[in-house]
Amino acid sequence: MIEIKQKEPIAAGERDSMKNEMALEFDAVSTNESFARVAVAAFITPLNPTVEELADVKTAVSEAVTNAIIHGYENVYGYGRHGELKPVHVKVQEGKVYVRCRIEGDILHIEVEDKGIGIENLDKAMEPLYTSKPELERSGMGFAFMEAFMDDLEVESKPLLGTTVRMQKKLGCSNFIQGED
Amino acid sequence: MEEFKVIDNYLCVKLPEEVDHHKSAYISENADRYILGEQVNHVVFDFEATRFMDSSGIGIIMGRYKKIACFGGKVFAIHADRQIKRILYMSGMHKIIEIME
Ligand SMILES: Nc1ncnc2c1ncn2[C@@H]1O[C@H](COP(=O)(O)OP(=O)(O)O)[C@@H](O)[C@H]1O
Ligand SMILES: [Mg+2]
Repeated sequence: MIEIKQKEPIAAGERDSMKNEMALEFDAVSTNESFARVAVAAFITPLNPTVEELADVKTAVSEAVTNAIIHGYENVYGYGRHGELKPVHVKVQEGKVYVRCRIEGDILHIEVEDKGIGIENLDKAMEPLYTSKPELERSGMGFAFMEAFMDDLEVESKPLLGTTVRMQKKLGCSNFIQGED
Repeated sequence: MEEFKVIDNYLCVKLPEEVDHHKSAYISENADRYILGEQVNHVVFDFEATRFMDSSGIGIIMGRYKKIACFGGKVFAIHADRQIKRILYMSGMHKIIEIME
């Protein structure tokens, strides 16, 4: 018989002293959107996040990274099902997206940076439903989701120089009841 | 294409495991081919296999809604898990589409 032992949650004392950092740098293409959120999710598993916290962090990372790719570097088309770029004649803009994560105690810090076109009017950009690319069927909900799913959101941007999104979330404190599904 | 099926005047779209910007053009473009080409009035998004969706998914739903709503068409979401429902409600989708239990 195989006995499956539940993973021991990290004791409170151990958690407080926990420190860990990681950094990713990758091309600004849509295939890397899922890579980025899965990498961050894997990085935070030692903190035993709840199902909901994990989903929140993945969504926020996905929003920030997608924005860097489609707005920052204007690689607006996702790759097609077979890996082809749509439409085929569109050239991929070169550019890197930087994701840095830091765990300090039970707080997760995430930074997503691009060296793309930057944001002219930040207040307007952060309004829910505002999108500068309605023709691409963006919903304009990206910043609203980052704000809703994380505890803290800060955006720094300089036109033509790029954008950095900083987010924070305390993990292991959600009142989500696990195993309810 | 497995993911797109027309039943009567309904287009049923089986969404992938992850609905994000990477997949969105493929889903939208193919759905529109059926909406424009066949006698489709309503669109059903089936989230059965879907474990992740970000705001790109909201863009897909709103885009299809705009294409059919003016002809009296309706959009439905079925098999959405709790996480997907949260995203749908948070963005106000429940006001324009029918989210089935
Ligand atoms: N990294 C970025 N670089 C340049 N512009 C950005 C960036 N992130 C966001 N923006 C601007 O802010 C707007 C709102 O972003 P968001 O809320 O994610 O909505 P959406 O991505 O659907 O347009 C975008 O339409 C874009 O104009
Ligand atoms: Mg966005």
